[in-house]
Amino acid sequence: MKKKTNKLAIAKSILTRALIYIELLMVVVIVLYPILWVIGSSFNPINSVGRASIIPQNATFDNYITLFTKTGYVSWFLNTGYIAVMTMVFSVLVNTLTAFVLARFRFKGRKAGMLLVMILQTFPPYMSMTALYMVALNFGMLDNLNMLVIIYVAVGIPINIWLARGYLLNLPRSIDEAAYIDGASKLQVFARIILPLSVPIVSFIALTSFMLPWMDYMLPRLLIGSVEKQTVAMGLYNMVDIVKNQTQYSITTFCAGAVLLAVPITILYAVFQRFLITGVASGANKGE
Amino acid sequence: MKIVAALCSAVIWGSGQVINKQRFKGLVFFAIQCILVLIELSTGTLNVLAGRAEAAFRNCGYFTKGLWGLVTLGEIPRPDSSVLVYDHSIILMVTGLLSTVILLLFGMVWIWNIRDAYRSRAQIEKGNIVSSASYIKSLWENSFEYIMVMPGAIVVLFISLIPVLFTLLLTFTNYNQGTMPPKQLLDWTGFKTFADLFKIPIWGYTFASVLVWTAVWAFAATFLAYGLGLLQAVLINAKGIRFKAAWRAIYILPWAVPALVSLLVFKVMFNREGAFNELLLSAGIIKQAIPFLSNAGWARTIVILTGTWLGFPYFMALISGVMTSISPELYEAVEIDGGSGWNKFRHISLPVILTATAPQIVMQITFNFNNFGAIYFLTGGNPPNPNYQFAGATDILISWIFQLTLTNRMYNYAAAITILIFIVISTFSAINLMRSRVYKED
Repeated sequence: MKKKTNKLAIAKSILTRALIYIELLMVVVIVLYPILWVIGSSFNPINSVGRASIIPQNATFDNYITLFTKTGYVSWFLNTGYIAVMTMVFSVLVNTLTAFVLARFRFKGRKAGMLLVMILQTFPPYMSMTALYMVALNFGMLDNLNMLVIIYVAVGIPINIWLARGYLLNLPRSIDEAAYIDGASKLQVFARIILPLSVPIVSFIALTSFMLPWMDYMLPRLLIGSVEKQTVAMGLYNMVDIVKNQTQYSITTFCAGAVLLAVPITILYAVFQRFLITGVASGANKGE
Repeated sequence: MKIVAALCSAVIWGSGQVINKQRFKGLVFFAIQCILVLIELSTGTLNVLAGRAEAAFRNCGYFTKGLWGLVTLGEIPRPDSSVLVYDHSIILMVTGLLSTVILLLFGMVWIWNIRDAYRSRAQIEKGNIVSSASYIKSLWENSFEYIMVMPGAIVVLFISLIPVLFTLLLTFTNYNQGTMPPKQLLDWTGFKTFADLFKIPIWGYTFASVLVWTAVWAFAATFLAYGLGLLQAVLINAKGIRFKAAWRAIYILPWAVPALVSLLVFKVMFNREGAFNELLLSAGIIKQAIPFLSNAGWARTIVILTGTWLGFPYFMALISGVMTSISPELYEAVEIDGGSGWNKFRHISLPVILTATAPQIVMQITFNFNNFGAIYFLTGGNPPNPNYQFAGATDILISWIFQLTLTNRMYNYAAAITILIFIVISTFSAINLMRSRVYKED
């Protein structure tokens, strides 16, 4: 009798497991199909719009060659790379220091300021555009990549300090107190104790702020005038913008550009997956 | 004597400090005053004073011109290109706003400088002499927090706050296709824009319809993404499932691929001749191409499904992170009571996950509410709806506002709608945040 129920239980658990695997695989297909389609299309012959297939019949590197020889892809990539690295460095600096202060010290205006910054974040970004253009004009920062860096740093501040503060609140305060007793200054505590313990959240901030410039199209379109300062997103969008260009480049070339853009970023995400999970979970409420 | 030091500092910054024998500190305050005066003189006032430019506010320095421009919004329009000297109301408005904010910052230093002169004098009269060096040291120690917050605060002030104030100012003007600077000058019109918005029925109808769809979109896209993310996180975490890291790495892809790229790719794939129709046609599932993006119902469905695809990895990562913090002892308790896997999930994981992620759900809803890209790059708000005032079937409020400003130049109305949305959304998000752990805990 007992044996029988055991067998039943085993069969049931195998069945459950099989169903779970099937579900997981289905979602994998849904996730991967568009991605594989882009990769496949990028190897299709130029101008096979719509007929482009995941497994190209006459695979070719033409799209990639076109990208490097006939478009400004390399310079778009370098421009965006510059913006991304600068944004990453300054975001990490500003956000970790601010979050440290917000998590560890009490001072006037702290909570009100935090709330104000979080609320400002819900202002529709599109409506900020005219004003940002005027600010750039006022400070002589139009057509300047550094203006984009400043804006991207600002855009990331609310969510980054929120998550970083959440993370630091989980670190026991007794560690810093011990250091203060040993005569360390606030800055030393930050640099020697807090920062080394914050690798996951620092990586999270670094990664997400590095990502930002690669995806944004609206701001560079507004603030960057000259062709040689274009970013990747601008260049790629212009390829599929029917109004602006009369199929000067084909969809397949766009796909090649998209693949080259997505590959490095995706690798970064896969490698730092662990930190992403810790990072986003830092803002969560305690479960109990 | 305290009053004398304070008064001296009020006129010539830092002079009170010099009287107090704190020369270095005084020099710093004086240098800041010099910067203020130099900006004003070098940007025009010097020319006016020396008679090189006509004595008008238009030709004055940054601050004088800024304040004048903010109040008057200009005096000379430019009806045609033969007018060489003219005022551009919008440029004047933003310059005025910026110069006011910068003046306020200088004003704060000025007040600090006066208070410092007064207090130092008081200390001296009591017999305590504080040198500049030790003052700077104690200043660093006592205002460490403020100094560290300063860079972030300044960036947020100019990049995030100024646009909100600018939009607010726009609602009080008549900036629309009837009055376009620099051809015409703008006027301050008070609350007329808001009044119009509620008086003209077609605006009200479009606003209500678009608002309903925006809410449907924001809730549907968020909850579907949350549901899928939760399901995947829980299933990956289930007992006996292997390659956990690999599954997660694949599911994180829609988050890793730049959203702009994904949206443009979906746009191409959902075309009438696109990959999905090709696939379905060749598999014999459908006989005719489906108008994915040109039929209102289909387009709305596609927009929501795409939003789900883009949004679920974030929730999967978040929920995976939360689940690692649930202590195994809780599960053991259920096991002892003979609970099944479902019971464990229902009574332990789910309540913990829901409480932990509640603030993020609300944040994601507000994010989707204003998720311009998800609509603009996929459908551009299309297909058009003739019953609406300048809006299409998939237009959410923010992309409708985009149409209003870009195509139809209804700047003041767009600004007014934005401010109304902002008031509602920011109230929700403030309540949400104030209840969360990160805000409450110290």
